[in-house]
Amino acid sequence: MLTFTLRRLLLAIPTLLLISLVIFFLVDLAPGSPASEIPLTVPAEVRMKILEAMGVNEPVYVRYGLWLKQFFYVEPLTGIDAIFGSNYAEGMQRIISYQTRSPVFDIIVQRLPQTLIVIGTAYLVGILIAVPIGIYSAYRQYSIFDQLGTLLAMIGFSVPTFFSGTLLIILFAVGLGWFPTKYDTTLTVTDWDTFWQQVRQMTLPVMTLGLANAASISRYMRSSMLENMGQDYVRTARAKGMSERTVVLKHVLRNSMIPVVTVIALGIPSIFGGAIITENMFGVSGIGSALIGAIHANDLPMVQTLAFIFAILIVLFNLIADVLYGLLDPRIRYD
Amino acid sequence: MTDATTAIEKPASQMRAIWQQFRTHKGALFGLIVLGTLILAVVLGPFLWVPEKMSVAKAIMLKNQGPSWRFPLGTDQLGRDMLARMLDAGKVSLAVGFVAMMIAIFVGTTIGILAGYFKRLDGPLMRLTDMFLALPLIPLLLVMVMLFRDRIAGLVGPEMGAFLLIVFAIGVTSWMQAARIVRGEVLALKEREYVLAARSIGAIPRRIILRHILPNVVSPVMVAATLGVAEAIITESVLSFLGLGFPPDFPTWGRLLYDGLSYMQIYPERVIWPGVAISLTVLSVNYIGDGLRDALDPRIRGR
Amino acid sequence: MKLKTALLGAACAFAFAPAAFAERGSDGTVNVLYAQAPSTLNPYLSSGTKDVENASIILEGMAGFDEKGVVFPRLAESVPTVENGGISADLTSITWKLKPGLLWSDGTPVTSADAKFTYEYCTAPDGGCAQASRYEGITSIDTPDDQTVVINFDGPKPNPYQAFVGGTSPILQKAQFANCMGAAASTCTEQNFNPIGTGPFRVVEFKTNDTVTLEANPNYRDPAKPAFAKMVVKGGGDAESAARAVMQTGEFDYAWNTQINPELQAQMETGGKGKFVNGFGTLVERIEMNMTDPSPDLAEGERSTTKHPHPILSDINVRTALSKAIDRQILVDIGYGNAGRPTCNLVPAPELFASDNTGCIPHDMEGAKKLLDDAGWVPGADGVREKDGKKLHILYQTSTNPVRQDFQALIKDWWTELGVDVELRNIDASVFFGGDAGSPDTFQKFYADVEMYANNFDGTDPEPYLASYLCNKIPGPDNQWQGENINRFCDPAYDALVAEMGKTSDMAKRSELAKKMNDMLTKDSMVIVPLVDRGRLSAASNALGGVNLNTWDTEMWNVQDWFRVK
Repeated sequence: MLTFTLRRLLLAIPTLLLISLVIFFLVDLAPGSPASEIPLTVPAEVRMKILEAMGVNEPVYVRYGLWLKQFFYVEPLTGIDAIFGSNYAEGMQRIISYQTRSPVFDIIVQRLPQTLIVIGTAYLVGILIAVPIGIYSAYRQYSIFDQLGTLLAMIGFSVPTFFSGTLLIILFAVGLGWFPTKYDTTLTVTDWDTFWQQVRQMTLPVMTLGLANAASISRYMRSSMLENMGQDYVRTARAKGMSERTVVLKHVLRNSMIPVVTVIALGIPSIFGGAIITENMFGVSGIGSALIGAIHANDLPMVQTLAFIFAILIVLFNLIADVLYGLLDPRIRYD
Repeated sequence: MTDATTAIEKPASQMRAIWQQFRTHKGALFGLIVLGTLILAVVLGPFLWVPEKMSVAKAIMLKNQGPSWRFPLGTDQLGRDMLARMLDAGKVSLAVGFVAMMIAIFVGTTIGILAGYFKRLDGPLMRLTDMFLALPLIPLLLVMVMLFRDRIAGLVGPEMGAFLLIVFAIGVTSWMQAARIVRGEVLALKEREYVLAARSIGAIPRRIILRHILPNVVSPVMVAATLGVAEAIITESVLSFLGLGFPPDFPTWGRLLYDGLSYMQIYPERVIWPGVAISLTVLSVNYIGDGLRDALDPRIRGR
Repeated sequence: MKLKTALLGAACAFAFAPAAFAERGSDGTVNVLYAQAPSTLNPYLSSGTKDVENASIILEGMAGFDEKGVVFPRLAESVPTVENGGISADLTSITWKLKPGLLWSDGTPVTSADAKFTYEYCTAPDGGCAQASRYEGITSIDTPDDQTVVINFDGPKPNPYQAFVGGTSPILQKAQFANCMGAAASTCTEQNFNPIGTGPFRVVEFKTNDTVTLEANPNYRDPAKPAFAKMVVKGGGDAESAARAVMQTGEFDYAWNTQINPELQAQMETGGKGKFVNGFGTLVERIEMNMTDPSPDLAEGERSTTKHPHPILSDINVRTALSKAIDRQILVDIGYGNAGRPTCNLVPAPELFASDNTGCIPHDMEGAKKLLDDAGWVPGADGVREKDGKKLHILYQTSTNPVRQDFQALIKDWWTELGVDVELRNIDASVFFGGDAGSPDTFQKFYADVEMYANNFDGTDPEPYLASYLCNKIPGPDNQWQGENINRFCDPAYDALVAEMGKTSDMAKRSELAKKMNDMLTKDSMVIVPLVDRGRLSAASNALGGVNLNTWDTEMWNVQDWFRVK
């Protein structure tokens, strides 16, 4: 397993380089230009000058080369400087966002906490709700609980977050006045009061996203459990006189985890990616809203950098999922 | 077990056996009826329910009406009959939802099985999957519009062109999850005793895959398919914001839902209709999937 | 006697300084919501409205525009005019005098060198200054002393209130930005995010594209202002949720640009927590007619170029009929409510320049039909009018936006009734307005027969705006589709008028010329079909006082006068 992991990690490097190339050129090829942010009142000559100063007009391979150097050399050095107080990266050009004219990584660092806290909590809540529901629904298939769970799950993922979010706002913020609708990113938790405030402002976005996540994970959990419930080994275990609890939670659950692990592993990079619609709606200025803002403004360096960071996370977590498969089912071997 | 064979009449064929089992599944039957009704409604509905023709000025006077005999589902902000719009929209949404889902599931399952079963293909195919997962969706879609819209429209006409482009765009950007899931299952399945047994008697891979592996990955695929329909219907509405979808006067359920959003507080029915329609579709697909899985599982079928 | 003077003095104090009751920073925090978050606080690096508006809380110029569009002094002692000698008689120079004793928020004095520096900063090569057009035509800036700034122009400048006037060209502190000239501009993140200014507030923390936290500027020139000690500007979301946060949940005091449908406006106002404020500027939603042929059958590089005139829209009768068939009042009622009004003018304001043209407002479907009948466009078998084998088929494009899609649907209905076959298309705004020469969907390329969008002009002088319809500003492959003459209008008589206006300084004459040009583009030729004069609509809480919506400068123009209603 160790050699497998190492080999995969090594292989990931050329893969990621290729992905970075594809992302870079795709984003570059997309129609649209940062000029869409400039009001129409600005004359064409000034417009051209602004774009030129941004570096938009450089040929794409020059920009790609520069970006590679900045991403893999300048930015890590800057990170080292920030941690150790050294000054290796002094005077080097960092990746600069077109939109804000500031380093892309500064923005990411500023926004990551909100995304991790809010979206991460929502994901955790989703998993914590979904797994038990999935297990119990499968165990008592076609019971009232299962039927109700199915109904809710179906509604959960057939209504998009733009709808459920607005509904929650109208119910809980406008109607009942319990929660704020806009997330205050400047709030720092120092005492119980601010902690409570933080919990309150997180509630609506976490609910919106948690429900959507729970809906799909619970379905995979249930179906996979069902698949395994009928297997011979379950009958054998029961025949041996094992308690239902051991049979279901140890034998069936472990064997049913493969699709669920896949789905969860696919979902974790999206935590870092944020949830575009939800973040935007509730003003949780995280990575997701940065990405959509950058896409709308055609802020190419920002889009390319964020997309590439997601690529790294996706490759990494799919690798972790592969390793987990081996642990869950020792018969799976890669070598 | 031996008694059971005498108690049950031997069915004429396997298809028939599956159908018989399927019929006993109440949920599946319910799903089939609801979906059938929806499809009938959107196909025949526009012939049965012809909204009255009126001038803009007159229609505007009748905007945002609640349900009545004249307008069974009310009217929208421009005084258009919601029932007629829902029916028109359903045709597009159902077609897009199912075709796109099938493309995604077909591609995803194929890639997942190939990657899971053949070790040599695993690396390249999964790295391809990683790449598609990593591509930023909106620029990808915008590039597709730019490159293909006019060409496809030139070949098959603007509306058919829009349809093809949409299902292709959704299909091409949503097969990855199915592929990852199927591959994970196949990795475990191919080490099971019966697969080893089949291999040891010299069965060719194609036969092993079709007879032994495929039936066993049906259940996660069904879930992915159910989720896929819902996702495709919603994604379609996102595409139309990018200008990738149908012309703006062409209603779809996803778009009606989005349009109704800003009127949700005043006229909640505007979002309820499309919301219910999408949920019903997804719910019935889910139940049909459940029934199909049970019917396809020989262990359950005999019971 | 002594008592009497004391009383008199007290009375004077009451009469002239009612705000003196208030004390700086006595009213706590004011929360403002911008549906689009500011990206930077340096308006010279981004001309986006959200950026300019937020920067104007911190940075100021010599003068600003008030809610009527009249120039009033900010840092300057008074507004220079020809009468008071501030503007030279030949209109080639303008002299600004700073108020005495002005301080930057860091406590250092404001001098004329700062103004001169700002000009140099914005005109430095490779800087990509977003407001360069405000400094156009300046040959040099002299600073005879610390208080005086003399701007010299390359010729007579009928409208010299460009540089240092309004939120788009404030004065930067020389000491802070000295190392940020030209290409170095974007390396100065610290300076761009925390500019030192003279405005009522100064930056405490700026999270880009998210939140600006501000506090009262201790060195603000009016010791009693601002009433608020702290100001927080949160950005992001959409107009609807922004309006809701003021009008329904009461989380915020003010929300900028809350353009939502009229019914929702009415419903939110019943909440009683706030009110919508609106004002009209120069923003006009219009349909532009393509005077050239956009047919996909033409070779790339010839589509929508002056080589091929439009087969059907070249007929003025068609253009006029299309305009007559539209009921603008219905459009306003559906899309904008109080925040819009029907218009037939390209230049709807200021009053001095607005033509009295209202001929397009009555809805005249019969007249439109008759016009087409008389011109030989008669309905064919399928109800679509045709003439000489050419069908009245129109591709109508616009950007994605709920109101625009409603407009498209309505206008399609009217035009269908008229006997025109209409195909609709909507395009993502970032592509439509992006101007990417590689994309077929930009509004400049105009690969459609008609398109709808809104445009306005900066400040109160329509001259540069009207000059964009010159023959040589037609977008085409040879200028990378960068021209501003979107509908490819070309008339030598019009070009002559533009040249004349550039030389005219008499206000009455300028007004006459502007009206004439406006009419040539609209009612005389119908190449531009104005629909709605769009106002600005923002939401203000009932607990916030002093709000006075200004469409000529930034909405934050009088934030120093805002106070808490108790």
